[in-house]
Amino acid sequence: MTPMVDLAFLLVTFFMLTASFRMAEPVVVDAPSSIGEVTLPDNHIMVTIDKDGRAFFGISNAAAKMAALREMSKKYNVSFSEPQIKKFSGLPSFGVDIKDLPRYIDASENERTNFKPQRGVPNDSLKDPQLKDWISFGGAEAVKIYNEAKKTAEERNQELKAEKPRYAIKCDGQTKYMNVKGVIKTFTDLKIYQFNLITSLEGGGTVIHPKTP
Amino acid sequence: MAEIAEDGGGGHGKGGKKRAKKQSTRIDMTPMVDLAFLLLTFFVLTSTFSKPKSMELTFPAPPDDPTKQPAIKNAITFLLTKDDRIFYYEGEFRAADDDKGAKTALKETSFGQEGLHKYLAEKNKWLHENIKKLDEKLQNKQLADTTYKRMVKEAKASKETPTFLIKTDDKATYKNVIDLIDELNINVVGKYVVVDMIKPEFDMVNEKTGG
Repeated sequence: MTPMVDLAFLLVTFFMLTASFRMAEPVVVDAPSSIGEVTLPDNHIMVTIDKDGRAFFGISNAAAKMAALREMSKKYNVSFSEPQIKKFSGLPSFGVDIKDLPRYIDASENERTNFKPQRGVPNDSLKDPQLKDWISFGGAEAVKIYNEAKKTAEERNQELKAEKPRYAIKCDGQTKYMNVKGVIKTFTDLKIYQFNLITSLEGGGTVIHPKTP
Repeated sequence: MAEIAEDGGGGHGKGGKKRAKKQSTRIDMTPMVDLAFLLLTFFVLTSTFSKPKSMELTFPAPPDDPTKQPAIKNAITFLLTKDDRIFYYEGEFRAADDDKGAKTALKETSFGQEGLHKYLAEKNKWLHENIKKLDEKLQNKQLADTTYKRMVKEAKASKETPTFLIKTDDKATYKNVIDLIDELNINVVGKYVVVDMIKPEFDMVNEKTGG
């Protein structure tokens, strides 16, 4: 039995060390199911849209996230301290106005879930295009980081480990398509046409709808 | 290292030697192993399932001239609206009767096996039969792998294969759109694209749903 136990503990240790714990997302989103089997790339920029049409923004790459926050802080004249920027890089997606962001970062995890006002990242293409700026800064930074990684890998003749950043949209099934369209419009305005729509995996082959009464 | 031979120095007799009782040095590991496997199972399951699945989709770039509608031959348009209802029409949209044909009439179908699935299978027959033929040729080694891939691509882009347009009004949900795209994927259709609904179509759908 001893070799088996040794192996079991080895595996436990491996999985414990490799597991990364995700922080709770600010909203619960019940994605519709599909047969899509493409797994979401690790390096992604994600916009989550909840049932009420609020947009939440997140970047998987911590360095890109910090850089994007610095750019945003310059553009919108909201100052962040260094520890705040660092803390922000560890947070999951957020859905607050940039003016409320310093308060949001400083809040404890419990306060954050009940944070008010959490109206989603403003996405008004004319008056308040915050989401557009987040996507454009975040995307630019993520691409920059990817290119640097590619360059160093080439110089050292190593295998490239980084992935190209992808844009993902995660939506609740009950979201009105109009809201999704608004976000897609924001992306296409930035000349980004390829997305990964996040869906949950479906068991069966065909979609069978329960008829709504 | 630190063993000290404890021999000699004594005049003990043979019978007086005390012998320690032999005890088993093994401990019962079962509960520990149970726990280890429990943790193992937990970490294995949580780590593989945490990666979400996704479907890749490319949206069309906006045309240079937004007033001009691109002409698509052999198109089937789906109109999604509230209460999970789905309408469709074939060919070009006509707001009224003209010399090219009659006014567009919307037909209704439903998500699921009997409605959408059947309809798509029928509309896509030509493509499916073609792909089947190519499959057979590939099996009999009459075709190279690359040629097969190219020919499937050509069949998908052919004029005989319908192009599916997906249009939604302001009341349709995201789930409807995903379900429709999913059904199209299941049926291996040639091309599909998500586009905006135009006003006359919107009015026609409203007429059908009653507001």
